[in-house]
Amino acid sequence: MMTDFLLLAQTNNGEGTLTPLLYLGAAVLFILGLKQLSSPRTARRGNMLASGGMLIAIVVTLIDNDITNWGTVIAGLLVGGTIGALLAIRVKMTSMPELVAAFNGFGGVASALVALAEIERTDALFEIETGVVVALSLAIGSITFSGSFVAFGKLNGSLPGQPILLPGGKIINALLALGAVAVSVWAIAADDAVAYWIVVAIALVLGVLAVIPIGGADMPVVISLLNSFSGVAAAMAGFVISNSALIIGGALVGAAGMILTLQMAEAMNRTIANVLFSGFGAVTGGPVSTGDKPVKSATPDDVAIALSYAENVIVVPGYGLAVAQAQHAVRELATLLEEKGVNVDYAIHPVAGRMPGHMNVLLAEADVPYDQLLDLDQSNPRFGQTDVVLIIGANDVVNPSAREDETSPIYGMPILDVDYASTVVVIKRSLSPGFAGIDNPLFYLDNTMMFFSDGKAAVESVIGAMANV
Amino acid sequence: MSAAFVSGIVVFVLAAFVGLEVISKVPPTLHTPLMSGANAISGITIVGAIIAAGVGEGTFAAVLGFLAVTAATINVVGGFLVTDRMLEMFKKKPGKR
Repeated sequence: MMTDFLLLAQTNNGEGTLTPLLYLGAAVLFILGLKQLSSPRTARRGNMLASGGMLIAIVVTLIDNDITNWGTVIAGLLVGGTIGALLAIRVKMTSMPELVAAFNGFGGVASALVALAEIERTDALFEIETGVVVALSLAIGSITFSGSFVAFGKLNGSLPGQPILLPGGKIINALLALGAVAVSVWAIAADDAVAYWIVVAIALVLGVLAVIPIGGADMPVVISLLNSFSGVAAAMAGFVISNSALIIGGALVGAAGMILTLQMAEAMNRTIANVLFSGFGAVTGGPVSTGDKPVKSATPDDVAIALSYAENVIVVPGYGLAVAQAQHAVRELATLLEEKGVNVDYAIHPVAGRMPGHMNVLLAEADVPYDQLLDLDQSNPRFGQTDVVLIIGANDVVNPSAREDETSPIYGMPILDVDYASTVVVIKRSLSPGFAGIDNPLFYLDNTMMFFSDGKAAVESVIGAMANV
Repeated sequence: MSAAFVSGIVVFVLAAFVGLEVISKVPPTLHTPLMSGANAISGITIVGAIIAAGVGEGTFAAVLGFLAVTAATINVVGGFLVTDRMLEMFKKKPGKR
């Protein structure tokens, strides 16, 4: 029954409407906290405000309910707090995408467990509307859980990053989704606890099968969407226990994740449906013919000379920078150049890396001031006046085919117009095509120098060569 | 539908619009901390988890409650801490302060 925890109702210990107001206060702190994330100057304070809101919500919950099993509650808080703190303190910035994926998963499973506990407490005797939100909490929470851990595996390399396409995958997923709906209807109509558990099982399988066919470079969209789901699951759990803090907090996170999802999809010129269902980047046919087109290979000395005599340099980082852990070396090179009077900025494509803002965090870790981190709209007008663009581990986001070749699969995707710069230096392991499996005409341009090497080793060798310039 | 449920829907819809307004103003450079911070906020489900663990009866309810509190706490503590760690690194150019 929901009456125990009615929204805006009398509380157990008779404090009247104070408790719901305190939950509202917590939700207001969440909103203020998110608002302060609109500037790097205030963002840290914003995060603290939001965590203060969370503390209020937790303390109110501990005081306001006639908790009998203190041991269970405290054990959960201690175990979870220790694991969470260790993960947060130890994670390397390059591994941030998989950590966020894991946290999404924990949030999702927590909401599903709250709904399961409610089923256990009430023997699944729900009003229809409560049954619906219970089923939604279970389904969304479980998909978020299993989907997030598949994403986690793809991001940390324990699962292959390439899309894994199962024959008839889309049909199987559609049938599973329909099955989850049908079993939910049965569960609600028959007040059947076992049926709710079947919903969980179907949703767990669906989460795995939905994320398995999605390739590594599409992870920014997937993580954002799972982030949104974890919020919606929390909001549904809020309906289950009739708590406004959960409903508001969950709705905020659902909205945040949805905005990011849309922005990431837009940055790839694709719809969310296309990202989720197309298996983009799956190996189809043979390797792309790169022909016998000549490329200009560069030595560290060539690059050092070009950079040293430049006035404006823009660094374009991609996922390869994270893989090579090259952010500190890049910062060291930039410092040397700045000492010579060269202007160094960084142009960051929205889908560079494996999650939104991934590159920005890595460069911030290497002490690059945030005012030198330019987004797509800020950087594109500048390339025409840029002497040298240094591309480290980026490929598809600087592929001019997206602008010029209507037959290209990535045609129409917004790119960084690096080819407008006087000189382009590309640091790359080999000529192999990028994630999308598309040849990059940028590599064969007259003003492009290719430096074939691991990102970090390449930058360090250029730093070494700078001494001789 | 009960009045409480309807008012819950009202709150949900309004909060979603507030979220869209507030979050569309977050610059791309802060998208990772936004995501981890928002993630920590979705850990608000810890409220439901504590109630489930605290007032549930029987072993199975206790197991569900314990797992719920643990997962939600990982999300809350880990999410806010790692967001703070990231935001601490975002600095302006020295001298421009």
